[in-house]
Amino acid sequence: MASENVKTFTDSNFEEETKQGVVLVDFWAEWCGPCRRIAPIVEQLASEYAGRATIGKMNVDENPNVPTSRFHVRGIPTLVVLKNGQHVDTIVGLVPKEDIVNAIERHL
Amino acid sequence: MTTPHKADREVVIIGSGPAGLTAALYAARANLHPLLVEGLEAGGQLMMTTMVENWPGFRDGIMGPDLMGEMRAQAERFGTEILQGNVTSVDLKHRPFTIMLEGGRRITTTALIIATGASAKWLDIGADRKLSGRGVSTCATCDGYFFRGKPIAVVGGGDSAMEEAIYLTKFASKVTVVHRRDTLRASKIMQDKAFKNPKIEFIWDSEVIDVADLDKGEVTSIRLRNLNTGETSTLPVDGVFIAIGHTPNTSLFKGQIELDQTGYIVTNGGTRTNVPGVFAAGDVQDHIYRQAVTAAGSGCMAAIDAERYLESLPAPEIADAHPSATV
Repeated sequence: MASENVKTFTDSNFEEETKQGVVLVDFWAEWCGPCRRIAPIVEQLASEYAGRATIGKMNVDENPNVPTSRFHVRGIPTLVVLKNGQHVDTIVGLVPKEDIVNAIERHL
Repeated sequence: MTTPHKADREVVIIGSGPAGLTAALYAARANLHPLLVEGLEAGGQLMMTTMVENWPGFRDGIMGPDLMGEMRAQAERFGTEILQGNVTSVDLKHRPFTIMLEGGRRITTTALIIATGASAKWLDIGADRKLSGRGVSTCATCDGYFFRGKPIAVVGGGDSAMEEAIYLTKFASKVTVVHRRDTLRASKIMQDKAFKNPKIEFIWDSEVIDVADLDKGEVTSIRLRNLNTGETSTLPVDGVFIAIGHTPNTSLFKGQIELDQTGYIVTNGGTRTNVPGVFAAGDVQDHIYRQAVTAAGSGCMAAIDAERYLESLPAPEIADAHPSATV
């Protein structure tokens, strides 16, 4: 039940899709239990921030480059915030929704 | 009209692992219209596992997250209301009990079932937490994938440490188990599996005193100290998996109900705590068995104990039970 507001990032579209505005990327994988807990929060945020920030997910299995080479992801769930293409914030592990909201708001 | 004695709910359950969801299932089927607060680590420790092979009824095993999904759906089917989010504080000194939620929401309840479980312990050296998600992990199934072809260390000597070490050999070039003693606490069958695995090596009688490299923001090595000789050494690794046990999630209740020296809730005569009307189930009150099935069993007991407690109360103290009760 992926919300239509949740963007799907890939190694090939990442650069283009993240170069403007505030972007939240949720690195996840099918086999990651805690990622399933973050998923509904990310979907809520995608609706709540529609038009103000881009919220999307990136599957680390299907995209070997961006998660590990650019962001050095060593565990998931990991969330990163970008502003105009610049990496400005990282959240590692399970956190309350408020923490993610704060990380987005800081850069809006 | 709301009087100070009337609670929003008859039963609130905190926690959503096997104990919490089984308590919810039984309380719902007893028409108590339970409200369950899921907590941050929704689904509990089984969400961190892969195949669960000792849950009765599944001869080929069942995936931990799938099992929890089924339990949640079953509890909901009988009328459990499930709230996402965390409890920030509780007041068990006044009746009805008060539960404060993230975002400032307040719920009162006549009976409370605590099933907040236990969480993985960290090393207590500071650097390990700072490098969490940057090479230090307490969840092999979550993070093992990122260490393909790399050397890693597992800290601990129990069953879960061996399980993690064996699982991690699927990815890592080499797994070094660091243990404080010269023998393992793990069960014989797990020890055998670990000793036979050519990718696993052991460093005995040693503890981890530091993890580098904080400046780089990634793990490059760990510093070890031999507990017999006091000698220190450096082991280059790309990842460290910590499996040194669990600590009960009871900080919310400190000073309000009886805890033992290690922080577990003390229960008597089933699931009763020292506060009448407050019950505890699962790993939060069990440092001995700590199995999904024993947690579920004690969740069932807590719901039955709570039901009997509610029946024993004089009528005015019981909440207005109607299915559409909202908080």
